[in-house]
Amino acid sequence: MTLFRNVVFLAALAGLCAGLVMTALQITSTVPLILQAETFEGAAPQAHEHGAAEAGAGHSHAAGAPAHVHDEDGWAPADGFERTAYTTLANIVTGIGFALLLVVASEFTSGITTLRQGLLWGFAGFAIFTLAPGLGLPPELPAMPAADLTARQVWWTGTVAATAAGLALVVYGRASWLAIIGIALLVAPHLIGAPQPVNHDSPVPEGLHHQFVVAVTVTNLVFWAVLGVATALLRGRMLDRSVVARPRLA
Amino acid sequence: MIMTTTTLAPAGASVQTHTQVQALPLMMAALLGLLVIGFVGFSHIEAVHNAGHDYRHSMAFPCH
Repeated sequence: MTLFRNVVFLAALAGLCAGLVMTALQITSTVPLILQAETFEGAAPQAHEHGAAEAGAGHSHAAGAPAHVHDEDGWAPADGFERTAYTTLANIVTGIGFALLLVVASEFTSGITTLRQGLLWGFAGFAIFTLAPGLGLPPELPAMPAADLTARQVWWTGTVAATAAGLALVVYGRASWLAIIGIALLVAPHLIGAPQPVNHDSPVPEGLHHQFVVAVTVTNLVFWAVLGVATALLRGRMLDRSVVARPRLA
Repeated sequence: MIMTTTTLAPAGASVQTHTQVQALPLMMAALLGLLVIGFVGFSHIEAVHNAGHDYRHSMAFPCH
């Protein structure tokens, strides 16, 4: 279990670093846009008067229907410090989760041994978890119409898995036909297409949404770069120290 | 230049069994990561959703 312990320890430290950086980025860029969008919740879409009725009939989360109805049913953190604290916690916990995947995937090859490798692995994570799913399901703000939640989660998960497998085949596939299958896996989710709402009429201004898409994409890019670099640095330190304390990690 | 260990795996495993020795703990660690991300990012539990609301939107996880 030495390997398991080392991987978890490395991922915990790298995830903590990247999660804290991500929290700072979100507080300054994405969260203000989310709060701004929340002021549109319950408002009618700007365009097409018939849009509200159509979307409202489609499902309860569409624009036109009062969004966030469910927020009042269950517990939710109070705005301000408490809400920020939970965002921080979510960032750190999932930062560790993403770090576990990054470390495990890289250890299946030769491990992240240089900063450049860390960056490349980070970019792979960005492509898998942000770019690919974001093409079909762009980052959405509160009050925006969306298709059925479970359907979107299934497409998101499938896209992430297919993109990860596709990239792995392109980079590590020994035969050229494996790389071709890899490309096919990268493209397939977008041929299938992400579940879309009945219509896209939204009370959220397009400019605000565009700003949000850019903010989410760029903050995630930085998150993954930091995660990859932190993994490279911490892994190097862990191994150096083990050489001093004990000749081997086992 | 000092030679350093370049693997996180317990050394000493023979080359042949190396991959087998590594695979199980690595898969367990990956499963742990997936569970954590799945719970925070995808849970339909109301309180978990509300606590992670801003996080989910900021990570472009499907939300609402």
